Amino acid sequence: MTQLQLPSYLDQPPAVKDRFTRLKQRPVILKVDALGKQFDTPQGPTTALQDIHFQTHRREFLCVIGPSGCGKSTLIRILAGLETYSSGQVLLDGQAVNGPGSDRGMVFQGYTLFPWLTVKKNVMFGLERAGKGRTAAEEVAREWINLVGLEKFEDSYPHQLSGGMKQRVAIARALATQPRILLMDEPFGALDAQTRARMQAYLLEIWKNIDITIVFITHDLDEAIYLADRILVLKAHPGEVQELIEVPVPQPRTVEQFLSPEFLATKKRLETLIHPNRDTHENVGEQLHMVRMVPLDDSVSSIF
Amino acid sequence: MASLTDSNTFNFSRLGSYFSTINSITVAKALSNLVKNLMVPLIAFLIFLGLWSVGAKHVQTSLGVLPGPAKVWEQAISLYDEHKAERAKADAFYERLQKRVDKAKADGKPQARIDKIASRKYTGKETFFDQIFTSLWTVMAGFILASVIAIPIGIASGMSPTLYSALNPLIQLFKPVSPLAWLPLVTMVVSALYVSKDPMFSKSFLTSAFTVTLCCLWPTIINTTVGVSGVSKDLLNVSRVLRLNVLTKTLKIIVPSALPMMFTGLRLSLGIGWMVLIAAEMLAQNPGLGKFVWDEFQNGSSNSLARIMVAVLVIGLIGFLLDRGMLMLQRSFSWDKNAILR
Repeated sequence: MTQLQLPSYLDQPPAVKDRFTRLKQRPVILKVDALGKQFDTPQGPTTALQDIHFQTHRREFLCVIGPSGCGKSTLIRILAGLETYSSGQVLLDGQAVNGPGSDRGMVFQGYTLFPWLTVKKNVMFGLERAGKGRTAAEEVAREWINLVGLEKFEDSYPHQLSGGMKQRVAIARALATQPRILLMDEPFGALDAQTRARMQAYLLEIWKNIDITIVFITHDLDEAIYLADRILVLKAHPGEVQELIEVPVPQPRTVEQFLSPEFLATKKRLETLIHPNRDTHENVGEQLHMVRMVPLDDSVSSIF
Repeated sequence: MASLTDSNTFNFSRLGSYFSTINSITVAKALSNLVKNLMVPLIAFLIFLGLWSVGAKHVQTSLGVLPGPAKVWEQAISLYDEHKAERAKADAFYERLQKRVDKAKADGKPQARIDKIASRKYTGKETFFDQIFTSLWTVMAGFILASVIAIPIGIASGMSPTLYSALNPLIQLFKPVSPLAWLPLVTMVVSALYVSKDPMFSKSFLTSAFTVTLCCLWPTIINTTVGVSGVSKDLLNVSRVLRLNVLTKTLKIIVPSALPMMFTGLRLSLGIGWMVLIAAEMLAQNPGLGKFVWDEFQNGSSNSLARIMVAVLVIGLIGFLLDRGMLMLQRSFSWDKNAILR
């Protein structure tokens, strides 16, 4: 195959360029400033995150990507308020984030539905805790279950649902309390490829139609490019921002764009950022020591 | 009559069409299930009865030959007859008592005297069936008391590692103690502390029930602790995201999540409690099935061994039914539908 001549990922079509200009004029929802996080380990203090800067605008879709150990999960847990930070600040609508709050919804990678509650009761759970009455909560829950297309399953239990359906319920549950921002920690990581692709399309459809800003963690490059307006690329040891990429693929996204020049250019850039010098130290020990174990005179002596 | 015949013919024709449509594979499968679930256990039971009746003939004891199934069955019937006879005697007694009360009223005796007559109780000996109910009531009382104590302790020690490390050595120390070692202590403590002119419960009942409690505590505490401390971190994160307070978190997330493990503990506890109770009744001469067994042993008649055997089988059957009951509860409360409970 001949080497494809790709444009630079920085070359944005005029429509995309125009969109980013408008996007950056929207109000800032989340602002992360000089964020740092140190852990105490038996080997002494380790820096998990160092000097993280970024901001998201209203109704933006931001993906966070990086090699394992870059602290992307730590970052989203800090945003959710599940973990404390050592320095810097996190501002949501200008307010400092300290601890969890109902202004942030979270979808975890594991299926975190309550297995002893039905789909409807799962979605109602947060609403009732937020002080909504039973009937009001039920009404809102029904609406959200309809939105994610699970109205036939509202009285089913989580163990009766497939992985994709469970995550749809989890998304409905997170959105039902009307958070300002939706935090998603590799939500589709445990799904098979087809379900994953369908869930990505669903998520874009939901995002398009409601007022929600999404911060989405993934390690899948295609997923990041397909979903995101901008991609925050982190690097490991310590976790630092490597680049904030504006995805040049035009919106709205379709599956056909996976092979478009902009998509491939962005993917190539992400690959060089996340897997630099592929051929040197990374693959030490990756060479197999195979020897021929099929007799030369075997009836199928070669598979070629 | 005519209509009955009509409906019969109607049914038969329907049945015939059913049989023609059912394919042979379903029939074969149903048959193989029948064989597996009914025939195999039945055959095993018959073999057991055969071995028992043959083997028992060869064991000569000082109370005669060890009883076979037939002799045991005979004694079971006779125990039932004795129970009925005793009941009839009791009924007759109360009937006579009522007549005396009526007569006293008619004669215009003072109320105090009438009350005294009416308050008399029948004092016949307790039959085998009375003993069964005494034992059941005692074990349930001891078990429920133990559960009421153990579940909160288990939840607390599952949620707090500090409390767990404080309690764990004590639990490990007391868990292996035999009920019979507790019994003298419990007897003395109950005698010393439970002093009342008009006791609501008899001392023997309390002694047995507390002994059961002391042995029922541990499996429930341990399993509840494990269940609570094993609540998924993700679910706890959800509770933090929703900013639940401790009480809501406990009631809405931790308890439901730990419920299957709690029931495992409760089921183990009840099984242990039932075994402990029989031994305690035997040793302390407290009313119940254990006392029945011991009394028959001391009695030493030619029927005693067969009657003890009846008691053994009934104890086993009740233990089995208690366990099945707990299993049904466990199944209905368990949200983990993938777990195979048996």
